[in-house]
Amino acid sequence: MRPTRVTNLADGDWHRLHPASPLLRGGLVLIAVLGFIIANLRERLVDMFLVVFAPDLGRDVDGRVDVWRDDWANDPIGGIVSNGLTGWAIAGLAVVVLAVIAGFWLSWRMHTFRITNEAVEVRSGILFRSHRSARLDRIQGINVSRPLFARLFGTAKLEVSVAGQSANVHLAYLGSSLADGLRADILRLASGARAAKAAAVTDAATGMHPASAPNGAAPGEVQRENGHGVRNPVAAVIGQRVDELLAPELDPSLAPPESVVHLPLGRVIGSTLLGGSTIWAIILVALIGTGLVTGQLWMLFSFVPAAIGLVSYAWSRITKSLRYSIAGTPDGVRIGHGLLSTGNQTIPPGRIHAIEATQWLFWRPFGWWSVRINVAGQSVSSSNDAAQRTLVLPVGTVADVHRVLALLLPDAIGEVDRFIDPGLAGRDGAGGYSRTVRRGAWLRPFSWRRIGWAATGGIALIRRGWLVRRLTLVPLARMQSVAVTAGPIERMLRLATVRIHTVTGPVSAVVPVVERPEAFALFERLAAEAIERAANDTSLHWRAEVAAASGAPSPANAEHFHAG
Amino acid sequence: MPELPDAPTPTPPPGTEAQLGEVAEGAPAHERTMDDRAAADAPAAGVAPRDTGWLRVSPKYIVVEVVGSVIGMVVFVGAALVLHATTNQAWALWAAVALGVVSLVGIALEPRRVRSIAYRLRQDDLLFRRGIMFQRQVAVPYGRMQLVDITRGPVARALGLADLKFVTAAASTGVTVPGIPVEEADRLRDELVALAETRRAGL
Repeated sequence: MRPTRVTNLADGDWHRLHPASPLLRGGLVLIAVLGFIIANLRERLVDMFLVVFAPDLGRDVDGRVDVWRDDWANDPIGGIVSNGLTGWAIAGLAVVVLAVIAGFWLSWRMHTFRITNEAVEVRSGILFRSHRSARLDRIQGINVSRPLFARLFGTAKLEVSVAGQSANVHLAYLGSSLADGLRADILRLASGARAAKAAAVTDAATGMHPASAPNGAAPGEVQRENGHGVRNPVAAVIGQRVDELLAPELDPSLAPPESVVHLPLGRVIGSTLLGGSTIWAIILVALIGTGLVTGQLWMLFSFVPAAIGLVSYAWSRITKSLRYSIAGTPDGVRIGHGLLSTGNQTIPPGRIHAIEATQWLFWRPFGWWSVRINVAGQSVSSSNDAAQRTLVLPVGTVADVHRVLALLLPDAIGEVDRFIDPGLAGRDGAGGYSRTVRRGAWLRPFSWRRIGWAATGGIALIRRGWLVRRLTLVPLARMQSVAVTAGPIERMLRLATVRIHTVTGPVSAVVPVVERPEAFALFERLAAEAIERAANDTSLHWRAEVAAASGAPSPANAEHFHAG
Repeated sequence: MPELPDAPTPTPPPGTEAQLGEVAEGAPAHERTMDDRAAADAPAAGVAPRDTGWLRVSPKYIVVEVVGSVIGMVVFVGAALVLHATTNQAWALWAAVALGVVSLVGIALEPRRVRSIAYRLRQDDLLFRRGIMFQRQVAVPYGRMQLVDITRGPVARALGLADLKFVTAAASTGVTVPGIPVEEADRLRDELVALAETRRAGL
């Protein structure tokens, strides 16, 4: 049966996921278990076939039949065969397999989602039903990830992240191009541009059945009308898979070319080797070496796991930085990465709560910087995945930092741009930054000359750090609160610390050792400006006024639909 | 001892004056009473409040803090003494003495510490400050409040006090105004939730 072509999934109806989803989610484990069992039983199965179908050949096998018969506990298969229960056993096995398949099919049937004008909703579960919905105006970002296995099936996982711990809505798995289309649809709906949906935008959207269509076609049977033609469906599908695997995660032609940061492989490897973990690696190697030399084996056992962890960290950092790309789209910044398992993340405008460019001492000769952000809901856990998502620029030059900040702060970059260079490397009030007093050196002996702040265009910029140079930018429209603190020593020196509180993440916005009156002035200024900026912030529905002005569906839709 | 309020009463208060009579230190008490009345008269929903000036928490909160410190002191000093009695270690005795002295100094400073806690409702945000040694002042815009939490420990409940906790999307905000009379806390909560609702803009 031909699948009905779906042109738009965001129509408010309930839809199903890709038919291979249960297999991809949990079924691979089952296949692995089956394979393991079969591999281990191969000898026995051969024996059994001899007993059942060619009794004359298996003289020595016959000798063992009596043993099998008495040894049910240790050898149920032998018992089955020798008692002539083979037919029943096969029937039972068939029932189990059918039950598993039926379970998969049922879980696929019951797992539906819909995208309305207000929310993304997912219903799932056979016995215990769950219904989860994410409000569109609370969406903090959309991630499309393609693990290697899913890529072989031409599918992708869509994750709608909302603020809150483990509150994300997962759509696993969707057809690969369909996931891209759906992301664009969700973002369009969330942007407030509630114009009539442009039909026929998802020409490449296949591999997905509407809820009404029965499960007829396996994923591999879907034909596509792209460059491969329809001469041979299998060849076409394979060709398309290869194309998808080789295609860059983010099509560079979609974005303005100058905004795409290019990350050479050498820089990725070099920056990882010169990263902060290098010191740990040296310490570990030294410890393990002394352990070996002095014959203290316990040192070996206690530090080798740490070394393995370090190596795997470096490896994952390198592989995830490969084919890194960042580009601005009308619906936010899109960051792609990954070689075999790829992923990309779209952060709509107005979802970035803090940005920090850092440069660790060893990176200074090369002029390398990395950029991290605070985003609500994603960076709560310290897992590798979350750390990856908050890392916007793994390593880049100053020019790259300018480009990335221009993408992250599109509205304010005009005013902020001239503060970036003095903020990254400057000191002593260069470039419009405040400078702290000399007695700050008692508390910050190395970095006191670098400590300074500036505020422009609704962005607070904080410059600090000597060992690790930091430039922190906080859009005041999303500041949660501000605090000024002073401990006993600070009070003795008539100094204070100002902290801007944002959502949890790798970035913390702190201005240490500010002169006391200045600290309170800054406190008042930030408090007042944050209220004013938040009141005038329209980035929640970032395209509402655009749509209202043009009165037509946004032309940006078509840009997101790029099939492999 | 005051009555045990077991359910939050929705009716706001001229009842607060009962507690205010006990304010020990002179001048701010009058200000506070007036401010409280002014704030209580303001309608709860959505109207920008006037600047209330700095408001202190109830002096009875000193009792809560002292009870907590005394319990802590008893536990730690007792543990050190038991250690001394069982193992006959001299340092355990010294530790007990040191702990006791430190705790007593802390208890003696308790009134000043509690007096340093103050909050202030301004037109668009809430200010909170506390601390003598480690001073801290926080400003939370009303629109950023995700929820307002009222918690009451056993001692505070016996004294008719409650803690008002303000939660924003930032975990580090950490604003908890302790020692507010229960009716006042309920009224503040309703007023601030209504304010947060009207001022809310995104996350």
